[in-house]
Amino acid sequence: MNKAVSPQGPDAGRNSLRTGPNERGRFGEFGGRFVAETLMPLILEVERAYNEAKADPAFQADLDRHMTHYVGRPSPLWFAERLTQHLGGAKVYFKRDELNHTGSHKANNCMGQILLARRMGKTRIIAETGAGQHGVATATMCALFGLPCTVYMGATDVERQAPNVFRMKLLGAEVKPVTSGAGTLKDAMNEALRDWVANVRDTYYLIGTVAGPHPYPMMVRDFQSVIGEEAKRQMQEAEGRLPDAAVACIGGGSNAMGLFHPFLDDTSVRLIGVEAGGHGIETGQHAASLTGGRPGVLHGNRTYLLQDDDGQIIEAHSISAGLDYPGIGPEHSWLHDIKRVEYVSATDQEALAAFQLCTRTEGIIPALEPAHALAHVTKLAPTMDKDQIVLMNLCGRGDKDIFTVAGHLGVKL
Amino acid sequence: MSRIAARFADLKREGRGALIPFLEAWDPDGPTSLALLRGMPGAGADLIEIGMPFTDPMADGPIVQAAGKRALDAGVKMADVLGMVRSFRAEDDTTPIVLMGYLNPILSYGPERFCQDAAKVGVDGLIVVDLPTEEADMLLPFVTANGLDFIRLVAPTTDDARLSHVLSGSSGFVYYVAITGITGTRSASSDDLAGAIPRVRRATDLPVAIGFGVRTPAQAAEAVRIADAAVVGSALLDTLAANLDAQGRAKPGAVDKVLDQVRALAEGVRSAKVTA
Repeated sequence: MNKAVSPQGPDAGRNSLRTGPNERGRFGEFGGRFVAETLMPLILEVERAYNEAKADPAFQADLDRHMTHYVGRPSPLWFAERLTQHLGGAKVYFKRDELNHTGSHKANNCMGQILLARRMGKTRIIAETGAGQHGVATATMCALFGLPCTVYMGATDVERQAPNVFRMKLLGAEVKPVTSGAGTLKDAMNEALRDWVANVRDTYYLIGTVAGPHPYPMMVRDFQSVIGEEAKRQMQEAEGRLPDAAVACIGGGSNAMGLFHPFLDDTSVRLIGVEAGGHGIETGQHAASLTGGRPGVLHGNRTYLLQDDDGQIIEAHSISAGLDYPGIGPEHSWLHDIKRVEYVSATDQEALAAFQLCTRTEGIIPALEPAHALAHVTKLAPTMDKDQIVLMNLCGRGDKDIFTVAGHLGVKL
Repeated sequence: MSRIAARFADLKREGRGALIPFLEAWDPDGPTSLALLRGMPGAGADLIEIGMPFTDPMADGPIVQAAGKRALDAGVKMADVLGMVRSFRAEDDTTPIVLMGYLNPILSYGPERFCQDAAKVGVDGLIVVDLPTEEADMLLPFVTANGLDFIRLVAPTTDDARLSHVLSGSSGFVYYVAITGITGTRSASSDDLAGAIPRVRRATDLPVAIGFGVRTPAQAAEAVRIADAAVVGSALLDTLAANLDAQGRAKPGAVDKVLDQVRALAEGVRSAKVTA
């Protein structure tokens, strides 16, 4: 497995899994552009502008400069030695995207899109957020470039992610709590779309995950793929080979897609996405769209959704506000159906246990989102040989979650 | 000739525009909304638009959202929406019925089966908000095969280059979304509409309806002076919502209050003489 590695490896031709989406924005039968006509011209404009920017070396250079000196890339690759010893199996490496400016992988995408929005001459930014990580990253970039910012956040999430709400406000963003539905990420996205329909001329909708209408799933994936590209290079430097498995948590799926995409054609690498199992799949209270859902259309794309027999969307449940979403990015749905990526789930309790394990063995407080990925790593690594390697995306830090975790542990702060 | 085409042809002969009131199926319950539907033609509705409730109506404002939630809380299923139309058709075979909603419940029902069943119970046309022309092939073949009209939304953001593309495969009438925004929020100015509608007319021979922000008899009259029909939704849902008790049940006289409003809107529409 010592073959040379590059994002454009030997398989990157027509047999590559990395060429999607097609011109209709489809990954297999998933994706597309299911939006009201009012928004359709805007979506097409974003697509045109993004394609032009992608082909413009000046845009890429500007992005690289900001990623290096503002976001703080590349993020380190860390051999989690004590955790590895504790688990007694495969070597566990963390891709440390929690060390990015703003504390999560969300900065990668926000930086890319804000540069695009500026290029398009847009003067107002809107975003949806679940855990508040995307909201904070968006508010940060807006502060950096002096753009007004409105963040839609479910009222339930406003409550359980209070530190991030305050951070967004400090950064100058307006945080609008959304009370419809269960007041979580799905409802925030509905409201952001409604805002965009009403403010088509000046507003750019900065979507935080690999979902929504084309070109967002593709564009967000492209901006996040820096995670996997760096990790691939760093793994070569550290171990001289690719990992045997790469693991990431999935809500909408942007950190997972960013990690997985550069590895899609490396068939020796098992790719494993971990959905939020909530109280357990069998209880029906979870956020595992692939495990417990079926294909449908929501928020501009065809993808796996939690829905009832009549096509009404079911509220997701997860301890993690960032994973609490009844859908998933369309490219994940495709990778699930063609069986390139394995999708599993971890429950609230398993994530809480992994959260504490990581804190005590590695001195890293992870966000509850990657704690789900880690929960699966704690099951997987012990079943593997000691010379095998598991790479996990530690996509966010857990400062925002200490109140939630304290509550679950019965501690009053 | 479809019921929709026949109705617009009749109105053209009469020299007036059409009033298209909207109701959300099963808001706040099945019997109340069926009573409202049955009363609408007598109150002056020329065509009727029925909303198919969906948990995530992304193009709708708070008023339609709340109506949809009441309907879903009452347990409405897609089959019940079709059942309402079947009951209505038992006594009215001429007033066109258009269903408006979002794609996912239709996909879940099965797009082909939905179009077959809709045609069978007497539905005349479909408006699917989140199905732009780019994705229409998921539904259009079944719509056409079952003789239903496929009514397209055209927005202020739809430029001339895009208009003919958007209108390809459309029939019945064209629904002009008067504002860039969601339902039940603001209204377009006369100048905006006077500028926009001729642009749409140049791209199609189909009748043009104006919706989003049409609330009063005067606004409805203005809409049919500029276009061929006025769609009124949120204003009627507002009245219904104001006549529900604390448990969300219709108070006595609630249906009549909404029908009185339909009557006033119809008078507005009928008072507007078409100049063309």
